[in-house]
Amino acid sequence: MHGLINRAIQCFIEDTYGSSAWIEIAARSSLPDGEFEALRLYDPALTDTLIATATKHLDKDRASLLEDLGTYLVSHPNRASLRRLLRFGGQNFDDFLHSIDDLPDWARLAVPDLTLPGLELHSLGQGEYRIEIEENFRGAIHVALGLLRGMADDYGVLAVLSLSSDHPGVAVQVHEHQFSAGRDFHLAASL
Amino acid sequence: MAGCIHPAAVFALLDRTSPFHLAVDGTGTIIHAGPTLAKIGLAKSPVGRDLLSVVDILRPISGLDFADLHRVAGKKLHMRFRDDPGTRLKGEFCPLRGSDISVLDLSFGIGIVDAVRQYGLNARDFSHTDLAVEMLYLVEAKTAVIGEVKKLNDRLRTAVVDAETRAFTDTLTGIGNRRMFDTEIEKRLAADERVSLMLIDLDHFKTVNDTRGHAAGDQVLRHVAQILTGVTRSGDMLARVGGDEFIILFAGSLDIEQLDLIASRVISGIETPIPYARAFARVSASIGITQSVNYDRPTSDQMLRDADRALYLSKDAGKGIYTIFNPKDGMGIS
Repeated sequence: MHGLINRAIQCFIEDTYGSSAWIEIAARSSLPDGEFEALRLYDPALTDTLIATATKHLDKDRASLLEDLGTYLVSHPNRASLRRLLRFGGQNFDDFLHSIDDLPDWARLAVPDLTLPGLELHSLGQGEYRIEIEENFRGAIHVALGLLRGMADDYGVLAVLSLSSDHPGVAVQVHEHQFSAGRDFHLAASL
Repeated sequence: MAGCIHPAAVFALLDRTSPFHLAVDGTGTIIHAGPTLAKIGLAKSPVGRDLLSVVDILRPISGLDFADLHRVAGKKLHMRFRDDPGTRLKGEFCPLRGSDISVLDLSFGIGIVDAVRQYGLNARDFSHTDLAVEMLYLVEAKTAVIGEVKKLNDRLRTAVVDAETRAFTDTLTGIGNRRMFDTEIEKRLAADERVSLMLIDLDHFKTVNDTRGHAAGDQVLRHVAQILTGVTRSGDMLARVGGDEFIILFAGSLDIEQLDLIASRVISGIETPIPYARAFARVSASIGITQSVNYDRPTSDQMLRDADRALYLSKDAGKGIYTIFNPKDGMGIS
């Protein structure tokens, strides 16, 4: 598993539950060095162990912990750069969804050895979408669900997102395109 | 047929496919400006003005007049706005065949990152096929990745410094260790620096260790390290190189009076009884000294050997004594 993903889980736990929670979870997961380096590759089993330890320690079920992680990634001020990179995908939420198939390629463009889950958008008309997600790690769908919810808020769209019942993926129903102001996005990064 | 198409239709097309362009008539007067131009904030709207009064062409030839522009049609042009000389532009001059209209297609080139910030451009200011947005994404992704690399570098640097400090430190006394001494003397001799070497061996230390225990011995060693630290200056180096053996590497050559003063202070300091567990531990010290000026080509091995010989002369002479190695007439005992 790429260090960037592991590091994101670490930051999520530190920023949401405090660094003492992280130290405890890292120790119980027998994490060498007590933290992840963003630019190293790790055994995927370590990530699994870490998430299992975290769900136990924080008394949360796996699905909602991973969903919270997804939302954290695009909404927490400490992760502003990732949210910005995702916003390059489109000027509105529909544009963003239509660029989602390319997301793994965009990620690889930035970090060549970062492999994201494969994503495939099916547009069903009238604001209804189905996103098929190839789970390249266990729970990727839950992270994607949280992340997409966060992005819908970011664009100011009123949408209902849920796990699909018939295939591994997320069902999206956009109700209102300009429900709220959303958050500003300028191409130029603020200095 | 181009002749059948109204220029307004061409401009509308260009506004989408190349939103950053200017169109001129046969006299060089600007008759249309793409929507990105509105963002640039030129002092006056460019429409109706003379092209070369708005745009300053720098390369391939500067100072072109409008007629010359047709000669560089299709070539890569380097330009700037006369209103905004800080922003470099690239572009191409393209006559519209079958008419007297020409189009100057513009781009910020590599300056895109600054231009986007300066003019508040957004995705709508670029055509969907323009890779500008992808390029801005890459710049930002690269900045984020380099940020991570920098943080990693800082952590590694700190770890290296910590590891080096640990590797060169005697954990009991906090002063340098044998490795520190070896590294320092080699470094200084290689740089042809003059050094003076003082080898200090404790007397009666074994007795303290045997009768009062190791904790008492450790306390004595720490105490001695403090006394020796007191006689070193900032460029000198102090190390514990054996169980009860210390070395001071003094920077520069010292004269006999200075060596005498330092050695006497060291010996009397160490001979002062050391309080430990409501009693006193008593030790003394023997010293051997040599200096790099004694040798044509000083080496650490030779200097250590001679300091050691001087030290053993001191021990033989009755302890609590220092000896300065003299290369001409043997040893001078004090």
